Amino acid sequence: MDGHAILARLRERCGERILATHDYRGDHTAVLSREGIVPALAFCRDDAALAFDMLVDLTAVDYSRFPGREDGPRFEVVYHLYSVAHNHRVRLKVPVEQDDAVVPTASGLWPIANWQEREVWDMFGIRFDGHPDLRRLLLYEEFEGHPLRKDYPINRRQPLIGPKV
Amino acid sequence: MAEKRTRELFLGEGSSPDGTQHLYVNFGPAHPAMHGIIRIFAELDGETVVKTDVEIGYLHRAFEKDCEAGPYNNAIPYTDRLNYVSPLINNFAYSSAIEKLLGIEITDRCKYIRVIMSEISRICDHLTCVGAGSMELGAFTVFLYMIKAREFLWELVEDVTGARLTISYGRVGGVKADLPAGFDLKVKKAFAETRQVLEEVHTLVTGNRIFMDRMVGVGALSREETIAWGITGPLLRAVGVPFDLRKTQPYWAYDRIPFDIALGKNGDNFDRYLVRMAEMEQSMRIAEQALDGLPGGAIQVDWEGKAIDPAAYVDLGKQGKTEGLLLVPIRLSPNLQGQDPGAHARVNAQDKRVTLPTKAEAYGSIEGLMNHFMLVMEGYGIRPPPGEAYFAAEGANGELGFYVVSDGTDRPYRVRCRPPCMNPVAAIPRMIEGEMVADIIPTFGSVNMIGGELDR
Repeated sequence: MDGHAILARLRERCGERILATHDYRGDHTAVLSREGIVPALAFCRDDAALAFDMLVDLTAVDYSRFPGREDGPRFEVVYHLYSVAHNHRVRLKVPVEQDDAVVPTASGLWPIANWQEREVWDMFGIRFDGHPDLRRLLLYEEFEGHPLRKDYPINRRQPLIGPKV
Repeated sequence: MAEKRTRELFLGEGSSPDGTQHLYVNFGPAHPAMHGIIRIFAELDGETVVKTDVEIGYLHRAFEKDCEAGPYNNAIPYTDRLNYVSPLINNFAYSSAIEKLLGIEITDRCKYIRVIMSEISRICDHLTCVGAGSMELGAFTVFLYMIKAREFLWELVEDVTGARLTISYGRVGGVKADLPAGFDLKVKKAFAETRQVLEEVHTLVTGNRIFMDRMVGVGALSREETIAWGITGPLLRAVGVPFDLRKTQPYWAYDRIPFDIALGKNGDNFDRYLVRMAEMEQSMRIAEQALDGLPGGAIQVDWEGKAIDPAAYVDLGKQGKTEGLLLVPIRLSPNLQGQDPGAHARVNAQDKRVTLPTKAEAYGSIEGLMNHFMLVMEGYGIRPPPGEAYFAAEGANGELGFYVVSDGTDRPYRVRCRPPCMNPVAAIPRMIEGEMVADIIPTFGSVNMIGGELDR
C-alpha cells in the first residue's frame, strides 16, 4: 500500500480524530488527537490491509522554540510504524500540551513501547497513562529535570550522587 | 513477636518451608561477561532465572542534546561513538537522513563508497560479536582469530579514513575523501584473510559439542514476539523473517548489487550465530561487487608536473596571487587524497548549499572563499527547510534510524537516533527468564549490545 492509501484508510476509520495529514520527503504522517492515538495504533496493528506489526520508534519533540509554534501544543509524541508483511511505513503524531503532558500508553499493544515510553518520560517529562512501570530509563532517579526539553540548559550540572559517606 | 526458626535466622527472612530462598544476583555493571556497562539484576531459584530487570544508561552522554547544540555536520563525530564497532554506518545513516531532509541526491561514486565501507564495518561488527560471544563460552581461539581478521579490516578503514575507530568519514552530501589508490587490491587481500578465519572458526565451533550445547535452543524468541519487540537485523532474520533494509527499502546502491539475505529458522542463539557468519560472506560479496562496479573511473590522481605544496598554495592565495592558481594541482598527503578538485567532485554532491568547496577553490577564487564561509559561519551553513524526515539504514544490529526535525536554521532542531540494539536488550528478560544462569552469557553475547548506541 502506498502512503496516500494508508492515510486514506486511516482517515476513513479515525475520522475527526485525525487533526492533519501530510507527506514530506516521502514520509507519510497523520497527526491524531490524544484520545484517538491508541485506537488508531491498535487499528494500524490489527487491520489486515495495514498490518503495522512493528513499532519501530517512539519518541517526542519539544516544539516550544520552533519558529511559529511557540504558542501551540508544546510537545509532539511521534510513533514510527512498519509493516513486515506489506513493507510500508507510516508516522503518527500526537500533540501534547505542557500543562497536561500525559498520553495513553501503547505498551499494551507492543511490549517494546514500555522502554520507549520510559525514555520519553526520562527525556521530556511526558507521562504515559496506564504504563506499568514508568521509571527513568537512561538517567538515574535523582536526576532533576528532563534534559531534552528546550528549556533545559545544555551545560547544567547535576549534583553528584553516590553512597553517603 | 514470633520466635524465629533457626533456619530463618541462618537463611534470612522469607525462606520457604523447605529451606530454600530466591537469590538476587547482579550481573554488571562491570562484569567480565558484560561487554558494555549494563546491569542485569536477576532473581534466581537455584540455577534457574526467575525474574530479571535490565538497567541501562551507564554510558549516556546526551548524544541527542549535543546534536541540537551545533551545526549539522558537527554531529558526525558524535555518531562515530554510537555503534563504535561499525562507526561508518552511523556516519552515513546520519548524513543520509539530512540529505533526505534537504532533498539532495549524492553522486553515484559516493553511494558505492558508502556501500563498500558500510559492508566492511558490518563484517567488523559481526566478527567482534561472534568472537566475543565465543570467547565467553571458552573458545578463546575464536576470539583471537576473529580479532586478527578485524585487524585486517580496520587497516582498510584506517587507509580510507585515517583513523581506526573515531573515523568521522561521512559528510552531509558526500564523504570526506575518495578511496586511496590501490584500495581494491588491499580489500582483496584482507577479504582473503577474513575468509580463511571464517573457515577456521566454522571448523572450530560450528558443530562443536560444548558450543552447540550452550547455543542451540537457548535464548529463543518466536517470530511474533521478535516482531512485537521491534527487533530487527540478524536477530529477526534468525527467526526466518527476510527483513533487511538493504533489500526491502534499498538505499544508496544496494538495489544494483545482487546478494542474498541470510535466514535462520529457530531464532535461538545458534541461528543468530549462523546468520551472522553467513552475513559476513554476503557483505564481502557486496563489497567486492561494489568495488568492481565503482563508477567514476580511476581513483588514481595525477600528481605529475607542477604540483605544489599546500602551504605554498595558501600563501599565494593570501597574497592575492590567485591568477591561474586553480589550474595548479596541490601535492596532498596520502590521507587527504580525494580532497583535490577532481576526486572531490566525484564523491560529493554538486550542491553549494551543503558541500564545502575544495581547499584549492577556497584559497584560489573569491567564489570558493564565499562559498566556504557561507557554510562555516554561525547562522549560515547547511539550512534544510523546516520539516522532518526519518531515514533508516541497515546497521550491523538492525534498523538504525535517524529522525531529524529542522526549523530552517543551521542546527538540527531535534535528532533522534533509533538504536537497533535497544530492542533486543529490552527483550533480554523475555529471552532468559526460565532458563539457566549460564544461558545468560551466550544470550547476552548474541544480542550484541553496544553501549554507545544503547545509551547514546
